[in-house]
Amino acid sequence: MLGKTAGSLFWMFRYMERCENTARLTEAGFYIALTRSKSAEDEWQSIIKAAGVQTHYETLHHDYDGATVINYLLRERDNPSSVRSMIDLARSNARTARTALTREVWEAVNEAWLNICGALKNPVTPKNLPEILGLVKRQAALVEGALQSTMLRNDIFDFARLGTFIERADNTARILDVKYHVLLPSVSLVGGSLDNVQWETILRAVSANRSYRWVNKGVVSPKGIANFLLLDFSMPRSLAFCQAEIVHYLNHLGRVYDVQDQSLNMALDLLKSLQKYTIDQVMDQGLHEFINRFLTENRALAAQIETDYGFYA
Amino acid sequence: MIFFDEMLEGDLPRESYVDFFQWFGEQDPKLLKNKMVEAEAVFRRTGITFNVYGKKDADERLIPFDIIPRIIAAREWNQLTTGIEQRVKAINAFLYDIYHGQEILKAGVLPASLIDNNDAFLPQMIGVHPPGKVYTHIVGVDLVRTGADEFFVLEDNARTPSGVSYMLENRETMLQIFPELFSKNKVQRVSNYPQMLRQSLEACAPAQCEDKPVIAVLTPGIHNSAYFEHAFLADQMGAELIESQDVRIEKGKVCMRTTQGYQPIDVLYRRVDDDYLDPLNFKPESMLGIPGVMDIYRAGGITIANAPGAGIADDKAIYSYMPEIVRFYTGEKAMLKNVETWRCSDAGSLKYVLENLSDLVVKEVHGSGGYGMLVGPAATKTEIERFRRKLIANPSNYIAQPTLALSTTPILQKGALSPRHVDLRPFVLVGPDKIVTTPGGLTRVAMKKGSLVVNSSQGGGTKDTWVLED
Repeated sequence: MLGKTAGSLFWMFRYMERCENTARLTEAGFYIALTRSKSAEDEWQSIIKAAGVQTHYETLHHDYDGATVINYLLRERDNPSSVRSMIDLARSNARTARTALTREVWEAVNEAWLNICGALKNPVTPKNLPEILGLVKRQAALVEGALQSTMLRNDIFDFARLGTFIERADNTARILDVKYHVLLPSVSLVGGSLDNVQWETILRAVSANRSYRWVNKGVVSPKGIANFLLLDFSMPRSLAFCQAEIVHYLNHLGRVYDVQDQSLNMALDLLKSLQKYTIDQVMDQGLHEFINRFLTENRALAAQIETDYGFYA
Repeated sequence: MIFFDEMLEGDLPRESYVDFFQWFGEQDPKLLKNKMVEAEAVFRRTGITFNVYGKKDADERLIPFDIIPRIIAAREWNQLTTGIEQRVKAINAFLYDIYHGQEILKAGVLPASLIDNNDAFLPQMIGVHPPGKVYTHIVGVDLVRTGADEFFVLEDNARTPSGVSYMLENRETMLQIFPELFSKNKVQRVSNYPQMLRQSLEACAPAQCEDKPVIAVLTPGIHNSAYFEHAFLADQMGAELIESQDVRIEKGKVCMRTTQGYQPIDVLYRRVDDDYLDPLNFKPESMLGIPGVMDIYRAGGITIANAPGAGIADDKAIYSYMPEIVRFYTGEKAMLKNVETWRCSDAGSLKYVLENLSDLVVKEVHGSGGYGMLVGPAATKTEIERFRRKLIANPSNYIAQPTLALSTTPILQKGALSPRHVDLRPFVLVGPDKIVTTPGGLTRVAMKKGSLVVNSSQGGGTKDTWVLED
């Protein structure tokens, strides 16, 4: 397989993942704005932070008014991370990697592009927002479904999945990082019980509201949430889960190509660090520091994968 | 002018259309309209779009597709392919000769000036032996019809003929939306074209290639208007789709950067023009080519399809000599007719052309895509006069042909059949010892009533083309 094709697959799935995560973040923000009109602006600001676009946002807009943020996140062309921009990028990478995709996956991505661009043609209003967010999530699920049910389990599939999990781990870590202060023990000590709308944002942003309650038998605690998103291997958006998947696919690549690349060693180290600590130890050494270290290493891992498999000349 | 209609003779269908005509009569016009919408949705979803240069990707366009098939009887087709294969054989023999002994010039059949001053002639190809002696691995022969047995070659496409993906996708789409039609009519399949192309290219691999040849399609990139086709063919052939930046030269081979290091390519199906193919040997500013690929080619390290310099065979000035070329290399009379052509470089011809501009079609010698041409009978007085001035200023840049009475086949319009002019581009694959013409081809149709220009850049559409079984 061409290095360029591997790179396009990797990025195509990173962009698809980011599309979906942005939709979910927007949904979480919208939910809070609906339930608590007072601090809505603060909430939208933290959503922009979690999306990692604060600096860019502030070059274009002065306040955190809901409609502005929603349109910025979903359809603003000048925002390279808007859903509209990212579905463009996902599709253009899919076109470059066309020869590596089944007809079903290609058509799913192309349809996602057609439908999402169509839906985002006009400004988004609170009335059609739920419908549009639903559409984005549904189209992403169709791509995922086509991938799972039609693609050969070979190196092509490995690169696609690596893109998904590298991006997902990054997104989950960033959401936690922005909200880490509400999970800190000191806050809950000072303020008594945890602000339950705040933790709901976190869980909604990773589609884990229901599964968290199920796993933790309804007991909501800051530590519980942090543990769930960082270290729980059964939670499909947790750092631990993503890292295990990354190791799995790098291992598979190594077997197919009969090499042990630097990226696999890095991924194994990262996985070990997630297995080694309990949540108490993580909290003790500082949640923010822990997440920051993870984000840096995850970025380095992505760069190493690019080098090991010749994505660029 | 009276036009030959391929479906109807008076009110009755011709033989090859009998079953279709009956079926059509039984259809609800409203449902057919829905089928048209359905077909368009299929094309959008599949992404069979082309970029219009200078526009953003939001403006990706569809080439209009008409759901009424064009049907050709087996007998008609067999006659055509014999003529096509004779012509393509002659083209390859001509190319070999023109880049080696130039016997045809020595014999005085062709004036040497036609070669010497021709940009399509590549001196870099003199004395080069393409593997299998094949120059034109893929040829598209543009045909028009004027009567029951009257076919003319309008143009040979010996460089990188495009449109084959439409031939294949048009059929796929028809199979999806009208499956019942294919159980009634026995249509010869076109779907194995990519496999045939692959085999044909493999058979032309360099002599030094011992394993199964590695094939790559070279595309100018994602922004090229034919990118869909490049990706489609690479995908269907199981070949890699490469761009300039994916390759480099190592140990006398062109190698592509894979996830496991650099690997050699044996056959390059390039969709990049000669000029841009190799900045070291042709246009130095080209960013689309592979620096040094011509040197590897000359040393026998890679096959390039079609061979550089093959364009000299489809040049419009050479075209007018095609009957002589066929006779010179095959010893036979050309079975396919040429359209009578006046070369405006010749003073006598120029005089005739200038006197008859309103009846003639005048084209640029190196033009394509239906740009820069004059269709006399359809042009206004002002257009004719403007063209006259261009023609006088640079006569050798033009050829002229009579306006042909292009056949019509109906398209579906407002639920009814309405005749439109068509042409046909069959695709021919050339291997070292066999020539195969895929049964069918690309039918281009002028969607505008009365128009004779079928080019997609000028608002033309396409149709599925059926060749019936015997």
